[in-house]
Amino acid sequence: MYPSRFKYESPKTIAEAIKLLDAGKGEAKILAGGQSLVPMLKLRFAFPEQLVDINNIPGLDYIRFDADGSLHIGALVRHEHLEKSVEITNRQPTIAAAAPLVADPIVRTRGTFVGSVCHADPQGDWAATMIALHGYLVVQGPKGKRNIDMKDFVLGPYANALNYNEIAIEAVIPAPKGVARGGYLKLERRVGDFATASVAVSLDMSSDTVLGAGFALAGVGGKTIDANEAASALIGQKLTDATIAKAAALVAAKAEPRTDHRGSAEYKRHIIETFVKRILIANSEQKVA
Amino acid sequence: MKLDEVKIGGMGASRRRVEDNRFIRGKGNYVDDIVLPGMLHMEILRSPLAHARIKSIDTSAAWDMPGVRLVLTGEMMAARNLAWMPTLSYDTAAVLATDKVRFQGQEVCAVIADDPYIAKDACGKIVVEYEVLPPIVNPVQAAAPDAVQIRDDKAGQVGNKVFDWEIGDKARTDKAFADADVVSKIELHYPRTHPSPMETCGSLADYDRATGKLTVYMTSQAPHIVRAAVAMVAELPEQNIRIVTPDIGGGFGNKVPIYPGYVIAILASILTEKPVKWIEDKTGNLTSTGFGRDVYLKGEMAMRKDGKILGVRMNTISDHGAFFADAQPSKFKIGLMHSAFAAYDIPTAHMFATGYYTNKAPGGVAYRCSFRVTEAMFFQERMVQAAADDLGMDQAEFRRINFVKDEQHPHRTAFGFLTDSGQYEKCLDIGLEAIGYKNFAAEKAEAAKRGRLLGIGISTMTEPLGAGNSREYDILGIKMFDSAELRIHMSGKALLRTGSRGQGTGHETTWAQIVAHELGIPADDILVEEGDTDTAPFGMGTYASRSTPVAGAAIAMVARKVRAKARKLAAHLLEVSEEDIEWELGRFYVRGNQERGVTIQECAMAAYSNMPDGMEPGLENVAYYDPPNLTWPFACYIAKVEIDPETGVWDVLQFVAVDDCGVRINPMIVEGQIMGGLTEAYAMANMQYQTYDEEGNIIGGNYMDFLLPTAWETPGFELYEVVTPCPHHPIGAKGVGECATVGGPAAFVNAVMDALKDKGVRNIDMPLMPNRVYEALTTGKDVYGMPPVRSGN
Repeated sequence: MYPSRFKYESPKTIAEAIKLLDAGKGEAKILAGGQSLVPMLKLRFAFPEQLVDINNIPGLDYIRFDADGSLHIGALVRHEHLEKSVEITNRQPTIAAAAPLVADPIVRTRGTFVGSVCHADPQGDWAATMIALHGYLVVQGPKGKRNIDMKDFVLGPYANALNYNEIAIEAVIPAPKGVARGGYLKLERRVGDFATASVAVSLDMSSDTVLGAGFALAGVGGKTIDANEAASALIGQKLTDATIAKAAALVAAKAEPRTDHRGSAEYKRHIIETFVKRILIANSEQKVA
Repeated sequence: MKLDEVKIGGMGASRRRVEDNRFIRGKGNYVDDIVLPGMLHMEILRSPLAHARIKSIDTSAAWDMPGVRLVLTGEMMAARNLAWMPTLSYDTAAVLATDKVRFQGQEVCAVIADDPYIAKDACGKIVVEYEVLPPIVNPVQAAAPDAVQIRDDKAGQVGNKVFDWEIGDKARTDKAFADADVVSKIELHYPRTHPSPMETCGSLADYDRATGKLTVYMTSQAPHIVRAAVAMVAELPEQNIRIVTPDIGGGFGNKVPIYPGYVIAILASILTEKPVKWIEDKTGNLTSTGFGRDVYLKGEMAMRKDGKILGVRMNTISDHGAFFADAQPSKFKIGLMHSAFAAYDIPTAHMFATGYYTNKAPGGVAYRCSFRVTEAMFFQERMVQAAADDLGMDQAEFRRINFVKDEQHPHRTAFGFLTDSGQYEKCLDIGLEAIGYKNFAAEKAEAAKRGRLLGIGISTMTEPLGAGNSREYDILGIKMFDSAELRIHMSGKALLRTGSRGQGTGHETTWAQIVAHELGIPADDILVEEGDTDTAPFGMGTYASRSTPVAGAAIAMVARKVRAKARKLAAHLLEVSEEDIEWELGRFYVRGNQERGVTIQECAMAAYSNMPDGMEPGLENVAYYDPPNLTWPFACYIAKVEIDPETGVWDVLQFVAVDDCGVRINPMIVEGQIMGGLTEAYAMANMQYQTYDEEGNIIGGNYMDFLLPTAWETPGFELYEVVTPCPHHPIGAKGVGECATVGGPAAFVNAVMDALKDKGVRNIDMPLMPNRVYEALTTGKDVYGMPPVRSGN
């Protein structure tokens, strides 16, 4: 691999990292898991002047459920930490379903959840998951911390709402009012392929009534697609054939797929609708504890 | 005591691969591992456009960069008569573009610098001004009367046609069709794919002006052919050219041709008087080196209503890219495509083939295949399934009644090949039993209740492996034989060299086993060396499953020559006449007195210390082997698949492989070959292809779009073995390395098509991606070809 030349810094604190980013004036790039950035360097699609490697900053690799039920994921949590976390498996089914579908097992050992969200690849799994879960990011810059709602975070393909001198230090998933349910399905041509189409679904259930829901799509538009509006078909309702069909149709209508070598636009939209139905049916058949 | 052949690592021993000792320790020695003092690094600037006239090239900014030693353009190559080079199919190919670029990824300039970073940076400083020309991305566009001519460099070239070629008996075949009760037709595209070895191509050229010696370390499956070609192209004396192929990280046919990078690196070394290393990147490999397939096939089959096949017609249109650079026996324009239907007893056949230039990467190499037999066998087995369906006959029974019977061998095929041996029905029966063919209808009904569609697909084929004989097979006039040289040291240990070249295929292990079988010297006592043209005897290299059929035979023959001399030494040592000497594995003894004998090792020592008066000392020999015929392995592959009709996703429930490759030298390595080949077959059937959009941009030029299957999705394979020894091979072996890639794809595709049989769908072209299966299911129509599409979302 012969990327263009770059300077490399490996700060030990977040403050130091922010200082480097600030000095870089937009030409410095954070290196976390590197599973998207390094291939882009190799292909010379990206040629930052400086890499700020945050891997040596301690204390960023936590997965924590707070007493209020909110979930906090630190900036250096790898995909495989989420995949193998018993707490995630038990308490956050959308993330639990998505984690084993992210890239391939090798990438999952290095790539980070927060890094993937920031990368804002239209085919990325975690940005969609965060939108469906109504999550937000805690970001830190020279002037301190602020929160950015996921619905405002992804601006376009590979574009996010971070300033050049800010670091996303944590992802937060708010607590459900009832019980968190949901799922994630992806159609890919092969393990590690980018999604032909994928769907993140979150449900907040009380007994068999839907208190809240979220939907987001990857692979079927120029950016991660927020389909949370479709929740209106379910909120206050039970998961029946009728409500499921209505929600699935609303979600599919939000997709903006293009015909390409992965399939026709119609096919991708059909897959979205089918997957939403499958996730909701699976949840309707499951007894809520 | 009689030696146990398996214990000494002879024939039939699943001996562990000796080369793995270094590979699994990371101690392999690939071309990029070689470092020479003062070595420079080369990077190639490639064309971003598919078809364009070069208006100007400005290299001044690249020359100005510190660390840049040389910037080469097509014009500079032309000044040395090196802008174009011959291909293995009597065409020419550009080394560096002079007039036009003819495909995306074509070599335009080369930078030689102190390190690869500088070379790459400097490529970015070269300014090339292009005038865009209309790109041609398929044969239909190429054949259009108003199509722009791609090869305007060639005197006498008309339009974009490369060749017309035909074989078979047209009149007799026409008659068969006129007399037929039923005629069945099929039309399909075998998409372009790429061998994609894990190690890309590369070379390290080292020209020593003082000695006049040129040494090139390179990734070649056929180093001796490279030496001959370099002597021709670079006009260097052949004795001063040494080609060394160190460990090769996979070839699959990709490393047979001679690529521009090798030629440029050689010239760069001559000009700079320094060693020059060129290592291709993955995108360079996928976009510019020899691809496989890309053939449109259609044909028809004439039958009696009882199912007997009366005749076959085939028509192929092949897409060769910008240069006709197929690596194949030169007189056959479309390889051994006419080996189609060799397993079936068919009275007559006719084939017409046409090839076209397009603005795509050149090649048409035999990707894990014996020169287009992959397309031939795929077409054959898709045709056979369609015919059985049209007749309303069971697909297994239809095959059975048309198979060449065991006792009919050697059998002359309708296209003129001579098959050697086989037990086709036995293989089919083993396969049907293993897959549970009898219970399939019940299983299918059960799955239908779950909303799933089940299908079973069969592929049975015999293919010609191991070119030549030299009467029919040559490359640019050089006959396709092979060689082995065996030297027994005085301690009874041995050195074996051959003209073949392993590339991860286990030659160092299996070649020693053949010697062990012939001489009784333990395989562990035999060092196998290949790939250095200064030391190895001349050979045509390793591809098309020819190593065991040809070089493997040469090894047996040279060992027998050595044994014949050892017999004389034994007679001398035992003080009896040669006629009174008997041989058993590893030992000569006196007839009638088995206790009185000498081992092969004792004979070896005598060759250096106690030879009879007048005998030439030493114990070594060389054998060149010109095979009397190709070898004809048979395979029966059966897949059982389940389709999710809501998504078009299909899963392989079971896959059975029955292979008859004659006598197996190392069963473990044979099984590895079959597993690997089936994995590649699955890739082509399921996910893998290269296509081009309407502007000639390649889709499949990196591993994001060119998909290699992983262990996660690759199905399990159940392997079965039948042994019909090859009657004309000294150890009864046949080729096997490519059977599974050749025969495998049709089994998967036939299985999916079987599941869709009652939906009115007859064909979906590979790869059978879920969207295409879903389209066929919902429309009830066939899905053809890979149209030029827009990339990206």
